[in-house]
Amino acid sequence: MSDTPAPITVEVASEEDVVVARTKGKEMAKTMGFGTVDQTRIATGISELTRNILQYAQRGHLTLRPLDTQVRQGLEILAEDNGPGIANLNVVLEGRHQPTRGLGLGIPGTRRLMDEFQMTSQVGQGTRVRCVKWLT
Amino acid sequence: MPRIPVLKIKDVLVVSLQVEMQDRLALELQDDVLSTLKRTGARGLLIDVSGLDVVDSFLGRIVADTASMARLMGAKTVLAGLQPAVAITLTELGLSLPQIRTALNLEKGLALLENDD
Repeated sequence: MSDTPAPITVEVASEEDVVVARTKGKEMAKTMGFGTVDQTRIATGISELTRNILQYAQRGHLTLRPLDTQVRQGLEILAEDNGPGIANLNVVLEGRHQPTRGLGLGIPGTRRLMDEFQMTSQVGQGTRVRCVKWLT
Repeated sequence: MPRIPVLKIKDVLVVSLQVEMQDRLALELQDDVLSTLKRTGARGLLIDVSGLDVVDSFLGRIVADTASMARLMGAKTVLAGLQPAVAITLTELGLSLPQIRTALNLEKGLALLENDD
């Protein structure tokens, strides 16, 4: 691999940041050699995660990092906030959450778009989502 | 902040989403489309999305809601020019937009709406 992009962290505090984050994610995915559909999956997942940060925590950050395990390469997406947290993660993960704004598709949908997906949350502490898309 | 123009061709309103859609812009567009529908009595709404390379669940919901509202006001909606990667991603997200008819491009979308009456 000739030119691995450097990790990027985007502060998320406004709608504009959602667009910045997903644009940077798409660029990084393209640089790493992901195809158009995967670039779109990555950009869309980032859009969902950063939108959730804005909606539920008002602010947070998103880190994009290339992974190289010798065996394969991937793009890691880390979305973190110090917001109110989620009491019942399973409700959200299974798409049973019925928000007033949005469809409740963001998290279960993003999980389907990615190859790896982990979500942890503590009430009063914040929420962390880590996903990876592997380059195949 | 720029607004997206709502154009009228015969009995059809045409909007083209070409820029990076931000939430406020999308919500303003919904308002503009509905007020133009009321003012002009248009029977069809054609939404061109060929310029969008990301449609997330928020924008997808706005498009679906706008189509439902347009239907209540007597207009049918056609979504035209969805990029293949966006179509794949929307379906995987779980947003298949079952109530909206789609067309490969603007021209076919217009034909679909015009031949409907």
